[in-house]
Amino acid sequence: MERNFEEVFQDKIDKEIKIEPKDWMPEKYRQTLIRQISQHAHSEIVGMLPEGNWITRAPNLRRKAILLAKVQDEAGHGLYLYSAAETLGISRDEMYNQLHSGKAKYSSIFNYPTLTWADMGAIGWLVDGAAIMNQVPLCRSSFGPYARAMVRVCKEESFHQRQGFEILLTLSNGTEAQHRMAQDALNRWWWPSVMMFGPKDDESPNTIQSMRWKIKRFTNDELRQKFIDICTEQVKILGLTIPDKDLKWNEVTGHYDFGTIDWDEFWQVVQGNGPCNKERLETRKKAWEEGAWVREAATAYAEKRKNRAATKAA
Amino acid sequence: MMTKQNLIDYTLHLADNALIIGHRNSEWCGHGPILEQDIAISNIALDYIGQARNFYQYAAQLQGNAATEDSLAYLRDVVDFKNCLLVELPNGDWGQTILRQFFFSTYQYFFFQQLQNSLDEQLAAIAEKALKEVTYHVRWSSEWAIRLGDGTEESKQRMLLAVDELWSYTGEMFQEAGYERLAVSEGYGIDLTSIKNSWDAKIKSVFEEATLSLPTVAWMQSGGKEGQHSEHLGFVLGEMQFLQRANPGAEW
Repeated sequence: MERNFEEVFQDKIDKEIKIEPKDWMPEKYRQTLIRQISQHAHSEIVGMLPEGNWITRAPNLRRKAILLAKVQDEAGHGLYLYSAAETLGISRDEMYNQLHSGKAKYSSIFNYPTLTWADMGAIGWLVDGAAIMNQVPLCRSSFGPYARAMVRVCKEESFHQRQGFEILLTLSNGTEAQHRMAQDALNRWWWPSVMMFGPKDDESPNTIQSMRWKIKRFTNDELRQKFIDICTEQVKILGLTIPDKDLKWNEVTGHYDFGTIDWDEFWQVVQGNGPCNKERLETRKKAWEEGAWVREAATAYAEKRKNRAATKAA
Repeated sequence: MMTKQNLIDYTLHLADNALIIGHRNSEWCGHGPILEQDIAISNIALDYIGQARNFYQYAAQLQGNAATEDSLAYLRDVVDFKNCLLVELPNGDWGQTILRQFFFSTYQYFFFQQLQNSLDEQLAAIAEKALKEVTYHVRWSSEWAIRLGDGTEESKQRMLLAVDELWSYTGEMFQEAGYERLAVSEGYGIDLTSIKNSWDAKIKSVFEEATLSLPTVAWMQSGGKEGQHSEHLGFVLGEMQFLQRANPGAEW
């Protein structure tokens, strides 16, 4: 019987028919999706922090409004994604608990600090750029609610990327101090952004199954190469230099060759040793703990209202 | 000439109010107690930055001399800012932020309702646009004030503390600064006494529903509208203005 269900399920996937929350699905598929979607939701929420840092310091009112709208969009993305994950039978509170306990991960990129205004540009251009590269294929994810959430997310992300590029372009063409600020931000954010695509294919154990289930459409290395190819062209318009001396065009492969990624750094940050891991998690926990009385009050009030309405009706 | 300077001061007062409370609310972004409410308060902050920009752009146009929305927001010092003390106070807990929002949005609601009829067309137009947003801010903040006042014992205690903390800053909204008096006599300003009763009534009705009692303290702080601020504003401006000040003349 189980086998039969599994065949029907895989058949749907092969025919590009979306899996919906009430459809039968293998437990492993459900767990993989919960892990992936909640990790993505957490990344949006934790990702608000490094940029949120700069809302009060944005250099003019236009930039302030754009940054605030952008960080708020990220909260919105978190919301759609938590909702998509909830359709798989996990509550938002449970997902928060997993984040706070360290069981659930979020994108390591947000464990790097934002030191200058140029970091808002670098995050938009590189981090959101890498996110789009990862996320566009997710609009075709086999799981319906995730795919639909990603369509909205991707639309907003492409605006985020453009505003980031524009920040860097303005800085690069600005005063000497601004140009230096832009180059410094690129120097710090480049490699962590390249690492955002995850471990190399031969060290990514979940890839094969995820591709068979069409949760994933391209491998980590394929997406990483595409990202590097595009950025290497775009950086010319910016008038900045990518901090990789081995970056050069390869006629044979039709791609840019690039230098060695420091995987030791990558795993250190994943394991909690990045410059801001502790701070980011503490900030999230603090917001959650300090908000407890607010949530309790909202629940108590809703309860009171319900009771009053019931008394009235009786 | 006097008239024009007064209109500029009046407009700057409105812009500064919006900018500073927008700044304070934006500090919540990423730190709210509930994700939906994080979004709501960031959205309100965004509305305020929009209002501030409209008022600053108008003030800059009146002022000429290459003034811009940014030179007005980023290159004036504490003594030049004309916002009420209420909006520059630190956020405190969620209850205090909510209560400040409720006090201020209710004031803005009645104020903009009148300002829509200002003889100054530009102020009237900005008021009309802002009123749509402010109507929502009043609804949102009053619902929260009620929820927290009539929620748990802890939330009630926190709201009472917030009332204690903020009440003495509410009077300033209705005390006329010099430029407000002149604005009324010149026909484009709002007579603050005309909206005080409406404000009182709204606060009273929401407090009743929130099971909170109104304070009886009579002493009211004031000075912000005339440039006499609390110590807090200097830190707000220090943070907000540093990039503009550290890089004179740079484009961003």
